[in-house]
Parts: sequence; structure tokens; C-alpha cells
Amino acid sequence: MARAVVTLPAQAKRGEIIEIKTLAAHPMETGFRRTQLGELIPRDIIRRFTCTYNGTEVYRVDLHPAMSANPLIAFTTVATESGALSFQWVGDNGYTVTEIASIRVE
Amino acid sequence: MITRREFLVLTAASVAVPAAVKAQVDPNLVANRKAAFQDALRRIVSDAQVRRGRVKLQLPPLIDNGNSVPLSVAVESPMTDADHVKAIHVLTEKNPLPDVVSVRLSPRAGRASLATRVRLADTQTVTAIAQMSDGSFWSDSAEVVVTLSACLEEGLI
Amino acid sequence: MSLRTGVRSLAWVAACALLANAWAAEIPLGERRSGYDLMSRETRAMQDEDATNPGMLWVLDGEALWNRKAGAAERACADCHGDARASMKGVAASYPAFDSSRARPVSLEQRINLCRTGRQKAAPLAYESKELLALSAYVARQSRGLPISILIDARSKPFLEAGREAFHRRQGQLNLACAQCHDDNWGKRLAGSVIPQAHPTGYPLYRLEWQGLGSLQRRLRNCLTGIRAQVPDFGAAELVDLELFLMWRARGMKIETPAVRP
Repeated sequence: MARAVVTLPAQAKRGEIIEIKTLAAHPMETGFRRTQLGELIPRDIIRRFTCTYNGTEVYRVDLHPAMSANPLIAFTTVATESGALSFQWVGDNGYTVTEIASIRVE
Repeated sequence: MITRREFLVLTAASVAVPAAVKAQVDPNLVANRKAAFQDALRRIVSDAQVRRGRVKLQLPPLIDNGNSVPLSVAVESPMTDADHVKAIHVLTEKNPLPDVVSVRLSPRAGRASLATRVRLADTQTVTAIAQMSDGSFWSDSAEVVVTLSACLEEGLI
Repeated sequence: MSLRTGVRSLAWVAACALLANAWAAEIPLGERRSGYDLMSRETRAMQDEDATNPGMLWVLDGEALWNRKAGAAERACADCHGDARASMKGVAASYPAFDSSRARPVSLEQRINLCRTGRQKAAPLAYESKELLALSAYVARQSRGLPISILIDARSKPFLEAGREAFHRRQGQLNLACAQCHDDNWGKRLAGSVIPQAHPTGYPLYRLEWQGLGSLQRRLRNCLTGIRAQVPDFGAAELVDLELFLMWRARGMKIETPAVRP
């Protein structure tokens, strides 16, 4: 099942700033909602998103319940070298998703 | 759809439920949330002064739905080793929690920016704070009007 | 003129005015607008870009399901229908469509389940389940940009008329007919939201209020809850008849699935 979608160019020129857009499938339950009988629905969110470029962390996001469901995180990074961009989402209840994309840098 | 019998049985059972579970509105809601916002701000900047500028926070002034408000932050910075944005924080003063999102970055980002979608509980001011490599703090705020959707799923009882 | 003739003519004039109102209510074809036009720039951008449209998460799931073998017959949708990009083009734009085995029009979701049970020999997917939403989103995505084209013939006409009647009938504790908001008062505000013309051009869609993808029938049930009317179960004949009428009313408008709406 699609747990995350990552969009970025397959190739770029060295030094070029590329745009990366990520979407993760997650309800981001705030922990503030109640059932019709008044019981609190426990918090269940993605807590951290990390983008690693050939092993080096280049962007890190700490998410709180105020982030919408199915969170979009769009950012930029400098295309320094060819290789692999790894995207990882970690959250409550053992949630962990990793997506890897290759990039060719000329 | 819950039947009348099921509802009565469940309601009877819920009387035995501890008080902590029952929903209660904080009588000092506004004041407490404002204080929480100040605490969160203090946690980020401690004693440093926060200056207006260099940060551009964009939110639609009137939004379609408070569950998903498009937000973008961009910070003017050369993003070099000598002068770059180390972190971006977004805070609110009327949400149940003041923190919305925090970003840690480096010159590798190329541009200090974030585009995402956030939840806003009420018409309010949203604040973005940028922490620079030289230790300075810059900020921007935006006001948003939040309305309620029509034709919701709740209201079955 | 005597008093009696006077009163009779007055009643006649009043009756004509009421009748005129009933027919003038329908939106002229050229004035029809998708709910897309009423949204903010940012929400429209969310729909336009696949990279930022959360509905795409379901479309991708649907693609995986399309290719997965299922049921006692060990068949995938792809085994009969091949590449959905070709075979499903225009399909969602023509649903609900008449099904001979049921002797009535069926919705796209019901059609998928007819295939599941009849051809794949698998259990039907529950209404509003992640799988059924994903499959219908994937199929409907293949009609994106195509005009809605509902075939009405002697067999389906009675069901269209039933749907039309339901659209114009006052119901619920608030005693409101769909037409009163969506034909007569579209563009005006209700509780802070702008009332759309209610054309189902983008279903299943990602509703910001739901924070998830949902079907047209889920939205119709929300509306009926809103006017405090009795809400039919998913898949009920009344809901499919209403779907048929709404899609026919939106004929010629382009499919936007997966749309985003507030």
C-alpha cells in the first residue's frame, strides 16, 4: 500500500537547488478529539521526518498534532552529487516509513 | 447508526466512567493558551530578542477549512556556512498546543523554506521564528480567519 | 369584474408564478460551475498537483489493488481489463450505468463489487473501505479531464426521474430540498462556507473536513444528516438514483478525480 509519495527531479546540475515534495499517508490523530461518548481518542502522529542525502542529514522536521492529516512537507536541497536521497518518517505506535529516490547530478 | 437501546445502555455505563474522561472546557482557556505560547517562545529563544523581518510567513487570510491550512515559510538568507538559517519554528496562540512544526536545516538546503498544511483551531495569529547561525532570531506573523464547515457528519444524536 | 372573478384570477396568477419558480430553478447549462471554482487558490493548487494532492495516496493504492490477484478465481482486475489507463478511460464519466443483471443503474463502487463477486469470486469490498475507495479512485482517475457522459435510455429513464424527484423533494426536520440550496442559492454562504452547485465531478474526493478520501454517497449522507433527514444506508437505491440524477445534471462537465474540497 502506498505509505508515502515523494516527488523530485531524477537529475539536476551540480549546485542546482531542487524542490522536493513529500506526502505521507497518516491520520495524524491529535489526541484532542473525543468519541460520541466523550472518550478521548489517543494521540497517534508522525513525530519526525528526516531527509538524508548520501548519508548526510540535510533536512529534519519535528511534527506536532497541529500538522494536518496526510502531511505534506515541501522543501529544497542543493544537488551536490549523484546518489540516493532517503526520506524517513517516524511516529507513535512504532510507525516508520522509508522511501528512497536516486538522483543523477551532472 | 446507533440504536436507541444501544445508546441508553452505553449512557448508563458511562455514568460509571471516571471524571477525568468526561469532557470539560477549561474556564481559562484563552489565558492558558496565550501563556503556553509565551512558554514555547521562551523555550526557543530564551532571553534573546526576536526581531521582525527576514522571515516571510504565508497563509491564506480566509481559509476553506481549519483542518488543512496551507502554510509556507521562507527566510531571506544566503545559506552559506558563515550565514545561514539553523531552524524554523511555527507557533500558534489559540491551538490546544502552541507548537506546530520545527525544521532543522543547514546550508545544504539551498533555501530556508518549508511548505506544509496545518490545523488551526480558531481565528488567530500564527507566528514563524527563524534561528540564525549567528544566534539571532527573526520572526513574522500572519492572521487567519477560520470558519466552520457546513453539513458535517456529526449530529446523528 | 365581480369579486369572485377577481379572486379567481388572482389565484390563477399566483399558481402561474409558483409554477414558473419551479421550472426557473434549474441552473442553465452554460452557468454550471464546479465546486473547484469556489475554492481558494491554495486549495485549487492542492488538487492540481499530483505531488501535493493527498488523494493520490489512494490512487496509488488502487493501482496496486488493480494488479493484485484476488478471490477463488485468482484473478486481478488487470487480467481481464489490462492496463487501466487504456481500458478504464471514460468509464467513470459514464457511471452510474444500467446493469442488466440488476435491472437498474449501479454506481461505480457497485460495479467494482459486481466484478469482485462475479468474476474474481471474492468477497465484495465494504462501502467506504480503504480498498473500495482506492479502486474507485484509481478507475475514476483514468477519466480525469473527460466530460461526464451519462447514457439515458428507456431502461434508465425511470431511475433518473426518481433521482430528479428526490433532488426537488423537501425532506428532513429542516424541510429542505437539495434544489433549494444547490439550484436556488448556490454562491451564497451557509455557516461560513460557500454553497456549491453540487456537481459530483471529482469523486471519490479528499474532503478537508474528513481529512481523508470519501465517496459521493458519504457526502450525500452528510447533506441528509445536515437537514436532519433519514439517512439511507450506503448502496441504497435512493442514493444511486440521486447519484444518477446528479451526474446527468453535470453532463458535459469535466471529471476532476481525485478532487480536493473543503
